[in-house]
Amino acid sequence: MHGIEFDVAHMLAGTLVLASFMMLYQDRLPALLNVYALHALVLALSVAWQAFIQDAPHLYVTAFIALTFKAIIIPVSLHRIIVRLGIHREIETAVSVGLTMLAGIGLVALSMVVMLRITPGADALAREDLAFALSVVLLGLLIMVTRRNAVSQVVGFMSLENGLVLAATGAKGMPLVVEISVAFSVLIAFIVIGIFLFRIRERFDSVDLQALDRFRGERR
Amino acid sequence: MITAALVCVAVLLALAPVAIALAAQMRGSAIIYSASLLACLALLVIALFALLDPAHPILSTTLPVGLPWLGAHFRIDALAAFFLAIVNFGGAAASLFALGYGRHESAPGRVLPFYPAYLAAMNLVVLADDAFTFLVAWEFMSLTSWALVVSHHRESENIRAGFVYLLMASFGTLALLLAFGMLAGSGGHYDFATIRAAHPAAVLSTTVLLLALIGAGSKAGLVPLHAWLPLAHPAAPSHVSGLMSGVMTKVAIYGFVRIVFDLLGPPEWWWSMVVLAIAAPSATLGVLYALMQRDIKRVLAYSTIENIGIIFVGLGLALAFKAQAMDWIAALAFTAALFHVLNHATFKSLLFFGAGCVLNATGERDMEKLGGLIHRMPQTAFAVLIGCVAISALPPFNGFVSEWLTFQAILLSPELPSWGLKLIIPAVGGLLALAAALAAACFVKLFGIVFLGRARNAVASTAREADGFSRATLLGLAALCLVAGIFPGLFIDALAPVAKAMVGNSMPHQAGLQWLTIVPIAKSRSSYNGLLLFAFVLLSGSIAALAIHRLASDRFRRAPFWDCGLPDASPAIQYTASGFSQPIRRVFGTTIFAAREIGEMPPPGSPAPARLVVDMHDLIWDALYAPIAKATGFVTERINVLQFLTIRRYLTLVFVTLIVLLVVLTI
Amino acid sequence: MSMIRDLMSQGGDMLLVLTLAPLLTGFVRKIKARLLRRQGPPLLQPYRDLLRLMRKDVVLAENASWLFRAIPYIIFASTWVAASLVPTFGTGLLFSWSADLIVITALLGSARFFLALGGLDVGTAFGGIGSSREVMIASLAEPAMLIMVFAVAMIAGSTQLSTIAEFMGSSAVGLPVSLGLALVALIIVAIAENGRIPVDNPGTHLELTMVHEAMVLEYSGRHLALIDLSSQLKLVLYISMIASIFMPWGTAAPQAAVHSLALGAAAYVVKLAVCGVALAVFETAIAKMRVFRIPQFLGAALMLALLATLLRFVSGSL
Repeated sequence: MHGIEFDVAHMLAGTLVLASFMMLYQDRLPALLNVYALHALVLALSVAWQAFIQDAPHLYVTAFIALTFKAIIIPVSLHRIIVRLGIHREIETAVSVGLTMLAGIGLVALSMVVMLRITPGADALAREDLAFALSVVLLGLLIMVTRRNAVSQVVGFMSLENGLVLAATGAKGMPLVVEISVAFSVLIAFIVIGIFLFRIRERFDSVDLQALDRFRGERR
Repeated sequence: MITAALVCVAVLLALAPVAIALAAQMRGSAIIYSASLLACLALLVIALFALLDPAHPILSTTLPVGLPWLGAHFRIDALAAFFLAIVNFGGAAASLFALGYGRHESAPGRVLPFYPAYLAAMNLVVLADDAFTFLVAWEFMSLTSWALVVSHHRESENIRAGFVYLLMASFGTLALLLAFGMLAGSGGHYDFATIRAAHPAAVLSTTVLLLALIGAGSKAGLVPLHAWLPLAHPAAPSHVSGLMSGVMTKVAIYGFVRIVFDLLGPPEWWWSMVVLAIAAPSATLGVLYALMQRDIKRVLAYSTIENIGIIFVGLGLALAFKAQAMDWIAALAFTAALFHVLNHATFKSLLFFGAGCVLNATGERDMEKLGGLIHRMPQTAFAVLIGCVAISALPPFNGFVSEWLTFQAILLSPELPSWGLKLIIPAVGGLLALAAALAAACFVKLFGIVFLGRARNAVASTAREADGFSRATLLGLAALCLVAGIFPGLFIDALAPVAKAMVGNSMPHQAGLQWLTIVPIAKSRSSYNGLLLFAFVLLSGSIAALAIHRLASDRFRRAPFWDCGLPDASPAIQYTASGFSQPIRRVFGTTIFAAREIGEMPPPGSPAPARLVVDMHDLIWDALYAPIAKATGFVTERINVLQFLTIRRYLTLVFVTLIVLLVVLTI
Repeated sequence: MSMIRDLMSQGGDMLLVLTLAPLLTGFVRKIKARLLRRQGPPLLQPYRDLLRLMRKDVVLAENASWLFRAIPYIIFASTWVAASLVPTFGTGLLFSWSADLIVITALLGSARFFLALGGLDVGTAFGGIGSSREVMIASLAEPAMLIMVFAVAMIAGSTQLSTIAEFMGSSAVGLPVSLGLALVALIIVAIAENGRIPVDNPGTHLELTMVHEAMVLEYSGRHLALIDLSSQLKLVLYISMIASIFMPWGTAAPQAAVHSLALGAAAYVVKLAVCGVALAVFETAIAKMRVFRIPQFLGAALMLALLATLLRFVSGSL
């Protein structure tokens, strides 16, 4: 079972983790969106490759959805939104890049250990793929935690969802209806978040969460 | 042979009272140091005989001194022979250096009596074969070195250094006392032979390991028990600093190896995790601290902490492999650690002696007041350059070989079955690589600011070259750095009996290999040839120089320096030590030292100068030492009340204690 | 007979890298100029520059020491020896067993050590800027390189570069993820070590943006020629390393016949050209980073290399 095809699938999963690290590294918002587009592109390639080696044609549709929605439409619209909101020049990170990357390595190590402990019987390569998917999920959460800006937290959430899709396709397929509902929920969430961002911006002239915290009415 | 060794030690001890008498005389220091030199050389020869003898005899004897039912056991086996050789090599080098350096000593009466006693104490620690002799010699070593640290007592920082040193040394001895007590058990059998034969329970062994790590580690300088080292090592006279950093830390390592590898028996698999978890951060933190210092000797003291970390990483790896019965890889890691012991003793002594020459010539230890010394002290500068290149682990010198061997051991670590070790060892490798790169930065700074550039102060421009003895010692040590780097196979073979005794196997025999290469495991895997590399580099450089001088041109002329056409010739435009390390301080120091640069600007219109203040904190001191000191102060303040009671209250205390003891007796 | 042939092969390799180094630099400059719609200097211009510098007098600062004069030769010797240990047209060269990847990294480290000392020797402010920035970059680039070496050595089972190159050329290698991560890390380290954009600008004339140029500001004549030649050699070294590990096609096996050595040489020149074009395109497409973004860039390389090593440690037992 360990031929060149599984090596390529493994390599694509690893590239997805690499793309998540690249997202951790970015400190400006437009660059972050571009890397997210790359992230979604790699996901699409990975799902398409899985469709090829598992001989599961419905996964091609999943890959197509990932490519059009997540790699093209969503990044382009977010680019427009941030230019409208005027936040495309700000510095992003709340914690320094170096410490974030160190935390990222720790999370990857943690997910490797977790996966390899709780799946003792499975095939080696599948366990590593699952560990990569868990890493992408955890790195997505790390992005959400270490960024100030609401838009970048949205990006983190979407990359987290990419990790879930990777896990699901790697585990020998997922019915199409689940993927459609997942895609729809992402779309709805994006629309809602977009509307909220506009309202917040109108009200408070900023989407910087640290500044917004002062208006919550609680004193720490 | 062991009686000969003990006689030499007795000679050293006898020199101490002789020194008291001779201290005031003109030739007094020369006599004492020459006698110490001869005694150390004799002991070195004995140790080398014991180490290199193919029959590997174990020599032991018992003297009827000390505890009446115990006596004093002494033994030379392979491990003791190696460390005896290290101690006496360092002692001989320091004595030779001190023949020149000691002439400038302002208070010889405070240094001379304790110096041979210190050497004798270190020898006794290595020779000891029972816990009582070991601990007495250990304490004696601490006390004599304390006396040497406070020998220049007029400076208050030396007194503080001595105080902290005494506290930490006592704490370390307490830990070792507990460790040996647990090993001896309720039967009270203190001699090592009985302890070796006993098989303690797992909980007991673990506690002994932790106590040994604390006790020996604090003397060696592992973080977080290192705080005394950068205070005490610079405060002592330079030849003693070289001994403390280069040799006493190795005696501490001997103590650790003796207890953990020899007396404790088969190790648990997770002991190595504890050792590695302490050693690797020590290496990186030590060199980061070193980069932030301005005092030459402090830089060297912190760099000792880094190298001790590297040695303990090797020992930790050896422990991990020994626990899994992979004794051939354990031998590799152990040999790497011991080779680094030798290398560090060599180049650290060289660097401290060089700092001593600079101190003698200029009276300054602060880097930012020196500069341009390569013109005034060319031979010292050359030897110190060799030392700096060697300690930065650059080929073809010896520092690189031990580093290379440690990396080879790390590359074999995926064979270990334990998950914890599999995750820790890549991090350890990363920290070690980081420490090596930062060490190179640190020593570029040290050599560049002190010896290169232009003199920043009048004392630096009027310095004179060191005397003959000092220069001879420096150049001899530099030559050894090169030799150990070019012919590492000889030293690896010499260490084979030690590895065999401690971990059960040794590295493959290196002497017969083609072209004097060293092959740690198998030729297909990795090999290194220092001699060939050195010859190659020398040849290429010479060919290039010859070709260019013949074919192109070899003319030059002198002119003022270019500096992009800026005409200012003041030496103040040069980089300072803190300026040189500013980028590294900004990258690493903002987290580790909470380093902040604060620019205090005067208000507009005021002609006052702006100030740039660098604010750094020693976080380990603030988190660990300061709270303990405060708590101790608090408790002692409360208890101090007991000093001022009335007689009736004292009598009440006696009465109550008596009652309590009687009650305990009945229960 | 075969000893003579091996010796000639090794010597030929050393001369090959020495002669190709300025050509590669000229090629990269030409491509960069063409991408910017300029004519650019001729391809052989670096050779002319080196010859011109060799023939000029050296102007030494009044307080330059003997070390200042020796440093260019030390740097050149270390870099040339390191470059000749990297397989170019064929693996299994005569002295390849005497040094492995760790030794090559350390030789380059010693060249850098002495270059930084050269910057401090004359006692100017610009030398200090260059040296302090260079050691900061080195303090992150060298660990990244070493950890990448660990990852590759664990895949190939050896630290010797020829053994690694042979292993990568064989079919046993597969396509492990660690190799991809190690490649990215090596590319980042190579950019940093060679002082290319985005880490340092090799063509700048502004002193405050210099790292490498600031250290060699006081050098002139044949000394400067040697230092320039060393940096060109370093670029060839890194590209050869990337080519031999990650692009192993066409390399001649040890003890190969003459025609396969010629094929190996041709393949090597093609690989150099391809990497040169890639480097030129990359340098033109991206801007230079501000100085304190460089540690984050190199920290990313360090993390990727650490991840690759971690994956090898973990997956070795699966």
